[in-house]
Amino acid sequence: MEVKDIIKEENLAYKKTKVLTDNEMHYCPGCTHGVVHKVIAEVIEEKDIQENTIGISPVGCSVLAYNYLHIDWQEAAHGRAPALATATSRLMPDKYVFTYQGDGDLASIGAAEIIHACNRGENIVVIFINNGIYGMTGGQMAPTTLEGMPTSTSPYGRDIKLSGHPLKMTELVANLPGTTFVARHSAETAGAVRKLKKAIRKAFDNIDEKKGTSFIEVVSTCSSGWKLTPEASNTWMKENMFPFYPLGIIKDE
Amino acid sequence: MAKVKGAVVVDIEKCKGCNLCVVECPTDTLALSPNVNGKGYNYAYMESPDACIGCSNCGLVCPDSVITVYKVKLQQA
Ligand code: SF4
Ligand code: SF4
Repeated sequence: MEVKDIIKEENLAYKKTKVLTDNEMHYCPGCTHGVVHKVIAEVIEEKDIQENTIGISPVGCSVLAYNYLHIDWQEAAHGRAPALATATSRLMPDKYVFTYQGDGDLASIGAAEIIHACNRGENIVVIFINNGIYGMTGGQMAPTTLEGMPTSTSPYGRDIKLSGHPLKMTELVANLPGTTFVARHSAETAGAVRKLKKAIRKAFDNIDEKKGTSFIEVVSTCSSGWKLTPEASNTWMKENMFPFYPLGIIKDE
Repeated sequence: MAKVKGAVVVDIEKCKGCNLCVVECPTDTLALSPNVNGKGYNYAYMESPDACIGCSNCGLVCPDSVITVYKVKLQQA
């Protein structure tokens, strides 16, 4: 069978969801943000909630997320997305409100906001992208940077004596009674993307059931910040990030 | 016995040549082209179109969502 006979509308197996806009993403080649945006968009399409979803974007590389998902958005001050999400979901309890935050945003300047939102059990979804670095500003050390991991502000690797330990936000919020579903995923293989999608679907379903806060970390790459190719970044992530940030469901109540 | 055959279409001008689809393809269908697109990236294309089984793995991992996958079931004689 010729390729041109296969490429027909009736044989369609996979295409970009219409919840994603046609804008070209500004992210670097191979960036995990693009995959996670797509998965969220697919869940929104499947649940048919495009008109009722409000995303809160952070400060960081994904500050421009509103250009890519065709839903309503708010742009939070650095780290304050959970506070905005709190107000939004309380004022409009029928909306699906989620924050989308990187590790610099969520684990550093926004550490107070996320902990209190999770502790209050706000009826929101939190998507936490952890690539162990400040991507947008030039690859500086983040709270999540691994011990010994070189960054532009720790060229000889993170020194725990000097900078403290990498922060496991996900385990931390799992201890709070307000969280109902807490999981850590990745997006580097098709299998991982399918699992991530299941988790994000569950998180959005929890909003229907008013179960409290669902928190999903996605262990991610930053090939520009890590100074590796996208492929080598995935390998580095598996060898170094996964042992410290193990994947799996941490809490499901 | 049913056999499947697939084909993919890459939106060449939007591809960033990250190579992640090439790595994830279980049948080595894809490769990066020696030619570049308008952005200067070596875009992904079907180097071995006969091998494609339409599994959609490439589409799932593409960060820029530029891959469309088609699939047909063939009845084997
Ligand atoms: S659909 Fe599957 S077999 Fe075909 S190119 Fe994509 S990953 Fe390879
Ligand atoms: S994953 Fe997407 S952007 Fe990357 S090379 Fe393949 S088609 Fe291009």
